[in-house]
Amino acid sequence: MSTCAPTPPTAANATPPLLDVRGLYKTYALPRGQKLKAVDGISLSVTHGEVLGLVGESGCGKSTLGRCLLRLTDVSAGQILFNGQDITKLPERALRPLRPHMQMVFQDSYASLNPRRRITDLLAEPLRVHPTATGQKRSSSAITARLHELMERVGLPLSALERYPHEFSGGQRQRINIARALALSPKLIVADEPVSALDVSVQAQIINLFADLQAQLGLTYVFVAHDLAVIRQISTRVAVMYLGAIMELGQTDTVLHNPAHPYTLALTQAVPQPVIGAIRPPPLRGDIPSPVSRPAGCRFHTRCPIAQPLCRAEEPALRQISTHRAVACHFPLA
Amino acid sequence: MRADMPHTSTQPLLVVQNLSVHVPAQGQLISLVENVSFTVGAQEIVGLVGESGSGKSVTAMALMGLLDSPGVRITGSARFKGQELVGMPPRLLRRLRGRDIAMIFQDPMTAFTPVYTIGWQIEEQIRAHTSLSRKQAQQRAITLLAEMGVPDPAQMAQRYPHQLSGGLRQRAMIAMALSCNPSLLIADEPTTALDVTVQAQILELVRGLRSSHGSSVLFITHDMGVVAQTCDSTLVLYSGRIAETGPTADLFAHPSHPYTAALLASIPPITGPRPAHLPTIASAPPTPHTRPVGCAFAPRCTYAHTPCTTSQPALVPISAQHAAACVLPTEGTPLPPRLGTVQTAQAHSAPHQTGTTPL
Repeated sequence: MSTCAPTPPTAANATPPLLDVRGLYKTYALPRGQKLKAVDGISLSVTHGEVLGLVGESGCGKSTLGRCLLRLTDVSAGQILFNGQDITKLPERALRPLRPHMQMVFQDSYASLNPRRRITDLLAEPLRVHPTATGQKRSSSAITARLHELMERVGLPLSALERYPHEFSGGQRQRINIARALALSPKLIVADEPVSALDVSVQAQIINLFADLQAQLGLTYVFVAHDLAVIRQISTRVAVMYLGAIMELGQTDTVLHNPAHPYTLALTQAVPQPVIGAIRPPPLRGDIPSPVSRPAGCRFHTRCPIAQPLCRAEEPALRQISTHRAVACHFPLA
Repeated sequence: MRADMPHTSTQPLLVVQNLSVHVPAQGQLISLVENVSFTVGAQEIVGLVGESGSGKSVTAMALMGLLDSPGVRITGSARFKGQELVGMPPRLLRRLRGRDIAMIFQDPMTAFTPVYTIGWQIEEQIRAHTSLSRKQAQQRAITLLAEMGVPDPAQMAQRYPHQLSGGLRQRAMIAMALSCNPSLLIADEPTTALDVTVQAQILELVRGLRSSHGSSVLFITHDMGVVAQTCDSTLVLYSGRIAETGPTADLFAHPSHPYTAALLASIPPITGPRPAHLPTIASAPPTPHTRPVGCAFAPRCTYAHTPCTTSQPALVPISAQHAAACVLPTEGTPLPPRLGTVQTAQAHSAPHQTGTTPL
């Protein structure tokens, strides 16, 4: 087993984590009194400068969780602390000064850019809306200088500023979205499936860009993706989600190379690899149950190859199994 | 029409030669697919792989006679069991489609009509192409759903498409496609909309169709991992042209077109060392309007030199069935074999490390 580089404990203890989530719930009311628990009691923290990957299949709540973290969706219960400050119930007005520090990049690069505005206008808007750290309005020359700097950071020519979103390819548009997210020098970026709509050859460019920016600017990411290989490439820590809850949490290399949860193992085995002679039988049978009627006991027991009677009766809590690792399984593999 | 020509098992099921598709745009004819040739043998799974805009779906649509936009020009030849599909009158083509050649699509939600039950839609197809009675067709639909691994098939046949999960809908669509025992199944990104654990099940199902139904499959995908796990031979398309073609094992072990090699290298690895930087291909593929003279990949190719920009490279043989449209092999400087092709036992133990490992 690989020993992962531990997160520096001194730094983590001295300052509060950038993001601290405690017992978070997000429930949607459906017709006929049904409830959909999209996020079902999640606790996790993200330290300064780390990349936390959220991975799971559709309906696992990874995108909802990402949106809750930035208060783009109101939470049903629980607490979100951003930089030590409780933002769970902050009204919009009080949240606005914090917005420059938390930004988002979305999956659909086209839908997230107003098609009728030039790139220069799209990127300048956050700079016009938000004053500087000292509370001053930015001058137009300062904004222009910042736009030029941003274009260089994301690898686009300055001429791109005068063009419209439809004139760019998907990869270039995602660069523009990243530039806009960076405009106000945020501390945290939540990226929701930012590369899943891109072709492989372009996907690699954007993953590299995310990694470079993180190293250069000391950014913190919460990176949401369904693709395990993408998550492995970008994130330092990973949370594997299933039907609204975290199944396993730990250092990326430890979790993916030596999974403790049967679901994590199944995910790693299900990814079709571009190598010959590695055809394996499908690790799981059946489909993901509907989050509206999630199974009692362990939520994974209906598909779990090693389920025991206990798993049907009692839900396992997410418990620490080593310093930087937690798993929600009665019978962990590691 | 040469429908009388007997089909013998010695000749491939489908022989496509120099298939080209042109559409009028901005006052000129632009080519979406150029001189694509390949064969699909009996019980063979052939992968058609490429990025968006590479022409893989257009190729399939052209074969099925589904391109009917005004001014579209399809040239070349596609012989299915000896019958020429290009230029076949719609009346004859309709008889072939669904019965001898069936197609499954990426999005089963839009491929089914939402207002009829799954069972009704499968029955309709059976009754359109065979002389079975309603009762018999009903029974056959349920049998097919069961064969596709749908639990409680009699119940499921009564459901509407929106009541099924994505995986079940895809199984139902494959059941419908197989309802008349087609000899050729064209699958256009059948697993792209599915989750990985469900995708693995559908891929196993498709691999099994060869022995269970004797089907040949033309498998369209953008995912090199899916190709490696499913296809016997592979065709890599780039900008509407064949970049490389060959048995999947040869192509993955020794990619001979720089595009294939770069595409494989740019996939983030799931095991082994994690590169600090993923190898990338610069910029993006050309559109059919901006396709350069010479090799379409030349502007993005690290090996590009003068001959690449002057004339379009011919498909040159690498080994018996393996060929690449690149000048490098003819110039005596072929690409090196790809490393890490076969999974090794120690692949799982490598810790996170930096340093790029070119494949």
